[in-house]
Amino acid sequence: MNTPAPQDTAPETGPTIQISGLNKWFGSFHVLRDINLEVAQRERIVICGPSGSGKSTLIRCINRLEEHQEGSIVVDGVRLTNDLKQIDAVRREVGMVFQSFNLFPHLTVLENCTLAPIWVRKTPKAEAEAIAMEYLERVKIPEQATKFPGQLSGGQQQRVAIARSLCMKPKIMLFDEPTSALDPEMIKEVLDVMVDLAESGMTMLVVTHEMGFAQQVADRVIFMDEGQIVEQNAPDEFFNNPQSDRTKLFLSQILSH
Amino acid sequence: MSIEPFSRAQKDMLGERPPPVTETGTIGWLRANLFSSWGSSLLTLASLYLLWITVPSFFEWAIFEADVTGTTGQDCTGEGACWAWVDQRINQFLYGFYTAGEYWRVNLAALLLIPALLPLLFDGLPHARRLRLFSFAYPFIAAFLLVGGFGLESVPTRSFGGFMLNVTIGLSGIVLSLPIGVLLALGRRSRLPALRMLSVIFIELVRGVPLITLLFTAAILLPMFMPESWSLDLIIRVIVVVTAFSSAYMAEVIRGGLQSIPKGQYEAAMAMGLGYWQSMRLIILPQALKVSIPGIVNTFIGLFKDTTLVFLIGLFDILGIARSLQQNQDWIGNVDTEGFLFTSAFFFVVCFSMSRYSMNLERRLDTTKR
Repeated sequence: MNTPAPQDTAPETGPTIQISGLNKWFGSFHVLRDINLEVAQRERIVICGPSGSGKSTLIRCINRLEEHQEGSIVVDGVRLTNDLKQIDAVRREVGMVFQSFNLFPHLTVLENCTLAPIWVRKTPKAEAEAIAMEYLERVKIPEQATKFPGQLSGGQQQRVAIARSLCMKPKIMLFDEPTSALDPEMIKEVLDVMVDLAESGMTMLVVTHEMGFAQQVADRVIFMDEGQIVEQNAPDEFFNNPQSDRTKLFLSQILSH
Repeated sequence: MSIEPFSRAQKDMLGERPPPVTETGTIGWLRANLFSSWGSSLLTLASLYLLWITVPSFFEWAIFEADVTGTTGQDCTGEGACWAWVDQRINQFLYGFYTAGEYWRVNLAALLLIPALLPLLFDGLPHARRLRLFSFAYPFIAAFLLVGGFGLESVPTRSFGGFMLNVTIGLSGIVLSLPIGVLLALGRRSRLPALRMLSVIFIELVRGVPLITLLFTAAILLPMFMPESWSLDLIIRVIVVVTAFSSAYMAEVIRGGLQSIPKGQYEAAMAMGLGYWQSMRLIILPQALKVSIPGIVNTFIGLFKDTTLVFLIGLFDILGIARSLQQNQDWIGNVDTEGFLFTSAFFFVVCFSMSRYSMNLERRLDTTKR
């Protein structure tokens, strides 16, 4: 499954995410350094790098879970500033899946999925429930709809979290290490759902160490270290012919066993 | 010496079997809890002996040898308790100095409290929505019934007394202090510095002084400084003070609950586009209040029992009535224990019910099993 890397071909409708000159500090720690990144519609990007390299922080800037101090981020035509209306507009269109699932433990699986459509999109309850069941079907756990998150396995919880995001019909999906908190035997069921989603044409930014996933679905792999984008390339090139020494070192460390 | 080869595989998986009999049932329970060792067996026997010598003699005093008829303390001649006063004084204990002909109004308000509380305490009742409307209207209905006006004969609030006064103050305090406590807790965690400062100042000031000094302030000092025309009814002032006091405690209890909610919950709510109030109402507070239930009910119970302090600013709540009975010439010296025991029973019933309800609520809200 080798799709040509989109940075070579002009995207049909222009980039859906434009990040330019992005700098961010935590206190005096310079966590993101002059990041420039354009993401085309339907593009699937995998971001990898050692811990502390700023990859999570970068995608968390895209839905303003983190504020940035310099540079500009434009998501789906909306520039992120302190304007709460703009931020909410972006968050409505951008779904996020977290490492620790972050399902709402006091609500059933179905209620988790219908909450945002009902309160943010003002979708009627019956319709929201129908949409939720459709997506729960798609992540293959419709039978768990009436259970509470605490009664599910980690893999099931993460699939619910994906379904919950999809219920908002987002244009972009962000994944922040979605399989890092899972037991090994559950990683595959989550990755399968993500592959399925990628094949449906969703724009995806995925922070992960699952290099098999990157090779299978990514249009572009980005390697970050010390708050900067060190290297980016189509997956075949990235894995077989890394350019920078840092990338080579990183790949040798994670692929060696 | 031959060594067993370590390489082997099990053919069949082991099936389940029940635990040993000595671990289950009554005998298992007794062994585990009462006779697990020599020390604990000795303690069990000592406790049984203590119960044996105290419980029967208490019932002998309180019930079997008690005097229940008579018009003064002189009529209580037996060894046991003197309950002769109950018959003539029970109305004072319940209604204070409320006009006898108007007792029905207090009774009706108490009766209506049941349908007002039910939809707040239990889920899934029929007509829940209409009942909840009634719950919101109840405080006004109750105030109208108790105080009067608008066609009902008005009863001055200084006639309020007895247990009805404790319930009036306690219930008002409970109903008001929870939402105010929530707002103060949110204020204390707010990102707006002015709001945060105000909340901290209020909480620390109010929590830093004894309730009784606040009550004295409300009863005696405020009227001295306020213009006459501003004067508020004493009972309203007491309710305000009691509410402020327990709101400060409530705020800290709820803040503890808020702090126990992982950051990821806030982030997930934000990432979905929920606004601040929506996230609080739908995601954060339901979880924070759930973990705060023991502390919240603790504060409620404390508040309810603290209503007896109003006796010190000249109001005759149930404890005040008990004290006046104990000092009454007819009864003096004969009803000291009885008066307190009788009063305690009222508080125990209410507080124990609150405690049981909160345990039930915690079980119902536990979403980890089912």
